[in-house]
Amino acid sequence: MSALTILWRRELALAWSGGGGPLLACGFFLCLTVLVPLAAGGDPAGLRPMAGGVAWLALALSSTLSLERLFERDLEDGALDLIALGPAPLELVVIAKAKAQWLAVGVPLAVTAPVAAITLGLPPEQAPLVALSALIGALGFALTGALGAALALGSKRGGLLIAVVVLPLFIPPVVFGAGALERAVNGLSPLPALAFLTAYVLFAAVVTPFAGAAAIRNAQG
Amino acid sequence: MIAVDALTLSRGERVLFRDLSLSLAAGEAVALTGANGAGKTSLLRAVAGFIRPDAGSIAFADADPAEARAKHIHWLGHLDGLKGGRRAREELEFQARWLGADATGIAAAVDVLALEPLLDLEVRQLSAGQRRRLAFARLIAVQRPIWLLDEPFAPLDARWRGALGLLMQAHIDKGGAILAAVHDPLPVASRAVDIGAGR
Repeated sequence: MSALTILWRRELALAWSGGGGPLLACGFFLCLTVLVPLAAGGDPAGLRPMAGGVAWLALALSSTLSLERLFERDLEDGALDLIALGPAPLELVVIAKAKAQWLAVGVPLAVTAPVAAITLGLPPEQAPLVALSALIGALGFALTGALGAALALGSKRGGLLIAVVVLPLFIPPVVFGAGALERAVNGLSPLPALAFLTAYVLFAAVVTPFAGAAAIRNAQG
Repeated sequence: MIAVDALTLSRGERVLFRDLSLSLAAGEAVALTGANGAGKTSLLRAVAGFIRPDAGSIAFADADPAEARAKHIHWLGHLDGLKGGRRAREELEFQARWLGADATGIAAAVDVLALEPLLDLEVRQLSAGQRRRLAFARLIAVQRPIWLLDEPFAPLDARWRGALGLLMQAHIDKGGAILAAVHDPLPVASRAVDIGAGR
């Protein structure tokens, strides 16, 4: 078993232990999608045009919930020092942790997303597109979220700081993801929006490892 | 194995020490002594690559610093890197395998450090001394020549201080090297370096 696989499996175990982080994120996601219609007055016709956007906003907010766990606990208990002396460079460690975050939190959220979107009034036939776009977008959230978590390392009130750092960076995937759903509902091809969403993920995959590793090294000093 | 040359380290605005030089050869143990805040831990962290020095250099024999840190260094600091909510077995498996240990090495460490009765307990249920033994196990499970230890004996009782001293001596006898920050005497140390004296 490679070192990164060992780290990745440990990250998944940590994500699922101590209160079931993914279930918490999915519960939060569903709560948001219930609250928004109530706050909007409960008129399904009025809610339907913005169902995709609300679903994506809820997805983005839910994705921030467990980001603090990603690096901060390892810094606090000294595990990050041990990890830094392992065979894999920190850049790959960041990728491995982001990938685990995607699998542990992003994928369950993507599975929940069609339910939430249909609840908000999106046509049921759009469910596969919702799941696919959420799957891609959640990977972007995990990557960008890992960068935010690394940048906030060692700061007091890190969880709040992570949210402030990453939410602006979540704007493009929210726009592209909601745009894909809107195009599909209006009979247009969602592919251009999905392509932009994928491009965002690829960009994050290039930037996050290097910037995240630099932030970790800075925090360790 | 390690050559520290004219090292200057500061934390924030405070200079811990200037122009500190020391060497660590194979088969040698060096005790870093000095008052609290003198910079013993910071020196160890600089050697481990966690802190960038203000001036000076740290060189490793036969390896560039990145390779040395990835393959040749064991680090045991104040913080043991163990997760309280996980079982001791899971944490040992992760820590040792991450550093390259196999099942045989892990079994040997469990045996030498008498960890078997602790493995199914959650880490938060262990005493400080038991945690230290669990963290020390990775040093036994996978062979790395340079041990950087920060107060290695601090939470241990007399029996386990003696036992870990013997394990350190065995490591030195096999050609390993130890650099340890200590307040109490290090039984295996061939010499001591007073960090505060160079300020």
